[in-house]
Amino acid sequence: MPKIKSLDELRNLRSQLKQEIKARTETSTTITVGMGTCGIAAGAREIMQAFLDELDRRQIDAHVVTTGCIGMCSKEPLVDIQQGDGPRITYGNLKPNMVPQIIEEHLIQGKVVSKWTVGQLAKEA
Amino acid sequence: MADLYRADVLISCLHGQSADLAPTFRQEIERRGMAGEVRVVETGCRGFCSVGPVVSIQPDGEFYVNVQPADVPEIVEETLVKGRPVQRLTYKEPTTRKSITKYDDIPFYGKQMRIVFRNTGLIDPQSIDEYIAVGGYEALGKVLTSMTPEEVIEEVKKSGLRGRGGAGFRTGRKWESTRKAKGDVKYVIANGDEGDPGAFMDRSLMEGDPHAVLEGMAIAGFAVGANQGYVYVRDEYPLAVKNLNLAIQQAHEYGLLGEDILGSGFAFDIGIVRGAGAFVCGESSALMQSLEGKVGEPRSKHVHATDRGLWDRPSCLNNVETLANIPVIMLRGAEWFASIGTENSKGTKGFCLVGKIRNPGLIEVPMGMTLKEIIYDIGGGPPRGRKVKAVQTGGPSGGCIPTSRLDLAVDYETLSQAGSMMGSGGMIALDDRTCMVDISRFFLEFLKDESCGKCAPCREGIKRMLEILTAISNGDAKMGDIDTLETLAKTVQAASLCGLGKSAPNPVLSTLQYFRQEYEQHITEKFCPSGVCRSLVAYVVVDDKCKGCGLCIKVCSQESIAGSAKQPHVIDQATCIQCGACFDACRFDAIQVIPRSQVELLPKQEVHA
Amino acid sequence: MNGDRVNQIIDAYGGDRTSTLAMLQDIQREYNYLPREALELIARRLELPPGHVYQMATFFKAFSLSPKGEHICKVCLGTACHVKGGAIILEALEREFKVKSGSTTADGKLSVEGVRCLGACALAPIVVVDDEPHGQMSSDTSIKLVQEVVSGQVAKAPAPAEVKPAVVRAAVDLSAVPPAG
Ligand SMILES: Cc1cc2nc3c(=O)[nH]c(=O)nc-3n(C[C@H](O)[C@H](O)[C@H](O)COP(=O)(O)O)c2cc1C
Ligand code: FES
Repeated sequence: MPKIKSLDELRNLRSQLKQEIKARTETSTTITVGMGTCGIAAGAREIMQAFLDELDRRQIDAHVVTTGCIGMCSKEPLVDIQQGDGPRITYGNLKPNMVPQIIEEHLIQGKVVSKWTVGQLAKEA
Repeated sequence: MADLYRADVLISCLHGQSADLAPTFRQEIERRGMAGEVRVVETGCRGFCSVGPVVSIQPDGEFYVNVQPADVPEIVEETLVKGRPVQRLTYKEPTTRKSITKYDDIPFYGKQMRIVFRNTGLIDPQSIDEYIAVGGYEALGKVLTSMTPEEVIEEVKKSGLRGRGGAGFRTGRKWESTRKAKGDVKYVIANGDEGDPGAFMDRSLMEGDPHAVLEGMAIAGFAVGANQGYVYVRDEYPLAVKNLNLAIQQAHEYGLLGEDILGSGFAFDIGIVRGAGAFVCGESSALMQSLEGKVGEPRSKHVHATDRGLWDRPSCLNNVETLANIPVIMLRGAEWFASIGTENSKGTKGFCLVGKIRNPGLIEVPMGMTLKEIIYDIGGGPPRGRKVKAVQTGGPSGGCIPTSRLDLAVDYETLSQAGSMMGSGGMIALDDRTCMVDISRFFLEFLKDESCGKCAPCREGIKRMLEILTAISNGDAKMGDIDTLETLAKTVQAASLCGLGKSAPNPVLSTLQYFRQEYEQHITEKFCPSGVCRSLVAYVVVDDKCKGCGLCIKVCSQESIAGSAKQPHVIDQATCIQCGACFDACRFDAIQVIPRSQVELLPKQEVHA
Repeated sequence: MNGDRVNQIIDAYGGDRTSTLAMLQDIQREYNYLPREALELIARRLELPPGHVYQMATFFKAFSLSPKGEHICKVCLGTACHVKGGAIILEALEREFKVKSGSTTADGKLSVEGVRCLGACALAPIVVVDDEPHGQMSSDTSIKLVQEVVSGQVAKAPAPAEVKPAVVRAAVDLSAVPPAG
């Protein structure tokens, strides 16, 4: 990684990164698993594995990323799914056996499995 | 070397109809004479199957859905030749999504305001790129290139920011003292010890947005004139240590820590030190002793750490949440920050709202919100059928605020006046199944274990108070004991060396202030109405309420409950351990807590297992 | 205990007295307790009175002076877990596995202990088995979980990645450090 030598370079890097992240999220599906300590305590590791396995099985190329604690600890494990520049849909209280259905309905058929959702995070302006 | 292309056309979803898409693109690109410039790549499924074949064009990121071979000439013409998107093919949000509640409409989030926890749960904490993309290190850059240390301190003072570690010391003033202290070597220390049992904001912050803490520390270093910082992290937080470590490494690789940061000549480095499980090490002088590799015993406070702290050098200790506020203040300005909150408490505060509540979790609210709003609107109130009895804030140094005073606003002064304190941010809802004597006893037991033993009032006083509380909850106390307890509490408060002892009596004093009659009931009636102090209570089934559903039989770990379906069940008092699991499980309020002394008066019942 | 390994740990910190705490943490991690010989070795190598090292080893809760079991079960007794019945779970485990809190079963398979808050209070009560936290536990689920782990039905979670703590001394100019003692 090259060193950033000035504030301008930092700003350039920022806009470049913003572009890259935008391109990544807008052209793909991003699955974000909450992996703070509370997430892990509620079983996030198994959920993450279930997503990876199912995506692999179906040969779907989505970004699976982790994040920290969003605060709704009682609904952990929490997983956000964002497709393109759409909203980030949050699913809560997940169990590994729910994962195939979410992938089938949300990713493949484009229907949010609303009975398991917690909410949606509107896109930043 | 790989060939360089001006653009890539990425085609995905190759299961279905898109088999002809790639050849069509290649032909069209060839026809337009761009074969050496634009590459066509077939990628795997991207999980957008509902919108058919998907084409994205990099590096600009145009994204087209449901692309048919017939669309290809238009895409090539418009996007690749003229650089314009083809509107009709761009991705639109399916309407089904509209029905899902927005975060802001969920009461849990609607009332919150996220400044410190702006990124946790949204960005990947293990990626500095994501932090930079959301504006990270911009504040550090601004400070280093356009402000003097004095201006930074002035800005922090104007913002009204106060320490989030408990006592609420004014951050700007602490920085100023450190800046003014004599000495070439100074230190910035971030307190991530989070000793309050029942709080985890600092953990979430360090795990979820470690760069925010590092950036705040670097700005503090610049302001006070330090080139070295340490983060002291609680032993029980391995993930926080890992993420912070990674963050420091990444910041070094980008040159955002180390020598000559952003060409300003300012050098700053940060090390991580793990605690080893001692609550008192969260106290500033004990923390510094522990950083020096010694036993963490507090020193007396006639010298300030800002003059002589770590290795007797001027040291500025701040809580990690305090530090995470700094970048935002620097970017958005002191005035904006000072416009949030109350007269004397500015900004927001993160709380761990836990205990007997429906939506426990990590919240951040503007200062000045009432406890009622927090407990009922955000937390959703107590679980089914229960009543909120009190709210405990401030951890072992704080106190319990009764329901009758829930309209109190959350700020430093108001909470202290009510006999509790802001503390680091634990907020525990207690319901009518929580016994106040037991809560006091719980905290004193904790503090007895954690007292370092250096000064007698704390070491001995806490032990004696705990003995009295234990006697009360066992039914062995007499009326005068409450007075002794109070006298002891006041002595410990007045005579202890450090903050641990000085605040240790708070849980006792505040529960005595608001729930004295509950203490008295334990002594005179030998009864604990919450059913917690086990030697004073018994659980019995109320026959005409019991539907014989068998739920209590299932939850009883002692197998002390018997009864056949639809017949009133019976609890065997000889084997019952009064854990109360049946009481909590029963949906028909058919289990009752009675004084232990009344068990003999019960009609003899046969228990068939 | 392997004296070479302890020497390696001491050397990793340059045999520096101000890193005593970090050395003890590494030894604790390596052996799950602080063997007496290791403490004596540290005292000798760092030229500290043995009592000084012993004081550190007993002051901090992260250290144990006796060996722990093959599996370690920690029950949270922090405030949130206390009000949700953490103590009752601990008692149930004590009864079921015939082991007192803070000690190890006779066969050396299992240690049970109470700890103060693991930082996942919203999911109280919390039970940690072999470094893997589990939320919203009850007496029954805890007993079942521990049984599964002890009988080897559940693989031990992989150890968290090794983190190298900062050597605090490195950034300090040595003249500022007061002599030990
Ligand atoms: C017994 C005791 C324990 C403390 N524990 C912590 C702690 O865990 N985290 C913390 O930030 N401050 C803790 N403090 C407060 C610190 O001494 C210190 O005031 C604080 O870290 C300063 O940071 P601030 O000004 O940003 O609040 C504790 C104080 C006492 C007396
Ligand atoms: S109180 Fe148990 S995890 Fe915090």
